Amino acid sequence: MNESAASSQTPPIEPGQTLSGRDFAPAVEARPVVAFRDVSIAFDGPPVLDNISFSVGPGETRILLGPAGVGKSVLLKLVNGLLRPDRGSVLLFGEEISNMPEEMLFPLRTRTGMVFQEGALFDSLSVRDNVAYQLIQERVPDDLIDRRVHEALRFVELDETFDHYPSSLSGGMRRRVAIARALIHEPELLLYDSPTGGLDPVTSTTIIELIVKERDVYRSPSLLVTHRLQDAFTMCTHRFDAEQNRMVPLPKGETDSNTTFLMLEEGRLIFDGSLHDLVHSQNQFVREFLE
Amino acid sequence: MALGTIDRTAKALVLTVQDYSLFSWRALLNLFTPPRYIPDFLVQSDIIGVGSASIVLLSGFFTGGVLALQSAATLSEFGATAVTGRFVSITMIRELGPVLTGIMVAGRNASSMASELGSMVVTEQIDAMRALGVDPMRKLVTPRIFACISMLFFLTVVADAFGILGGGAVTVFMNHQNGTQYFSMAWEHLRYPDIIQGLVKPLFSGYIIASIGCFYGMRTTGGTEGVGRATIQAVVTASVLIIFVDFLITQVLLTLFPAP
Repeated sequence: MNESAASSQTPPIEPGQTLSGRDFAPAVEARPVVAFRDVSIAFDGPPVLDNISFSVGPGETRILLGPAGVGKSVLLKLVNGLLRPDRGSVLLFGEEISNMPEEMLFPLRTRTGMVFQEGALFDSLSVRDNVAYQLIQERVPDDLIDRRVHEALRFVELDETFDHYPSSLSGGMRRRVAIARALIHEPELLLYDSPTGGLDPVTSTTIIELIVKERDVYRSPSLLVTHRLQDAFTMCTHRFDAEQNRMVPLPKGETDSNTTFLMLEEGRLIFDGSLHDLVHSQNQFVREFLE
Repeated sequence: MALGTIDRTAKALVLTVQDYSLFSWRALLNLFTPPRYIPDFLVQSDIIGVGSASIVLLSGFFTGGVLALQSAATLSEFGATAVTGRFVSITMIRELGPVLTGIMVAGRNASSMASELGSMVVTEQIDAMRALGVDPMRKLVTPRIFACISMLFFLTVVADAFGILGGGAVTVFMNHQNGTQYFSMAWEHLRYPDIIQGLVKPLFSGYIIASIGCFYGMRTTGGTEGVGRATIQAVVTASVLIIFVDFLITQVLLTLFPAP
């Protein structure tokens, strides 16, 4: 277990824990996709994030937990350079981005996919143009764009919304379109900012099922921010069954070993470890949060 | 306490001017390096140019009419009603056409730019655009600035023309004077420096309208209330700056091209 100080390493698999039938090696052996080293940031006041260090390895899914207002979304925006840290360094795909000029960040950002809290779809564009936004900027031929948009929309099971506008979609549908937009460019890293925030339980489960599907089908590393424990636990204890085309629970006692947790408290990283570590943590804040 | 407030306000003002200078300079420089978003420039030109044509046309026409009405009474005291055309054309072309067009377009377009971009900021659409690898300055700001500069130039010409027409209509139909005399006076006494003065001003006004509208839109904070605040700030600042810069340009151009 690795508490109160953040670790830059994925914790070793605990005795008794098993891999969920995945055929790739644990992330610890490869270069991290994202690495934070003593990162701090403040906005006209006390630090929002204070000396944060952690990493996301290839194939890893990291779930960032914490109550509202502890800096989870700020941390996510630091990952792809939407915000700059006051201190410390942020490495994205091995490149130091904390002082990188904005122009140099754009190509790096195209290698990531980000799902925003409310979807952040462009109101004036159709679902097709929203999902295809990056491809349109790259002047990909229209027929190829249409094909890839249909594929992405089929993945989130919203193919029928191809010609719709965001204003005609429900909150859950907007999030699913946002996931399709993030996936269309086959990103090397996915960032989810409270993808189930403000949604009803049924729609939340649909979104989590899509994220698990993405994790188990494409195996892109990802960092997911949430304050909903239920979503986090579901991700850890379920896998996507391609034959049944739905999310199914892992056998009792098994968890997805590549899905691990981070927890923030008042801008400090107080937990970095597996689900097993989390539920057995003796940290007072972690205990209160879980209860 | 009061000194502290003045100190903070002064620092905030200086910081805003600095931010605006960097913002507008970056937007200008973007024109010289790829990628350039020509379709966005054309769309914005349509919104600003075609969309504002009717209000500019009407305000120009009635301003010219008012000028003819007001001047006729005074000029008749000196037996100089024949110079109404000259008076209207020079006033419209040198001053009222550019300034009125600027203020009308500022009211319509600086507000729409600030509210549109402000809404995009508060709903994270700007961040989404950056996350998708697209520079919002290039995609949203630069096309708006150059569309506004080019369209304001043509809108000013339209306002000038309809102002002179409006003055002519009042002269002929209300003041019952000779129309040929009006238009011939309006044309014959026009000098190139008058036209240069009238066509240089909209270039600056267009730049002010779009850069101020985009600047306040892009730095919106505080949700929907913040969008409203940004919109008001954009219209007020753009309108005041248009008149202030008009004063400066007039001074410079009168020095360069003194009256005969």
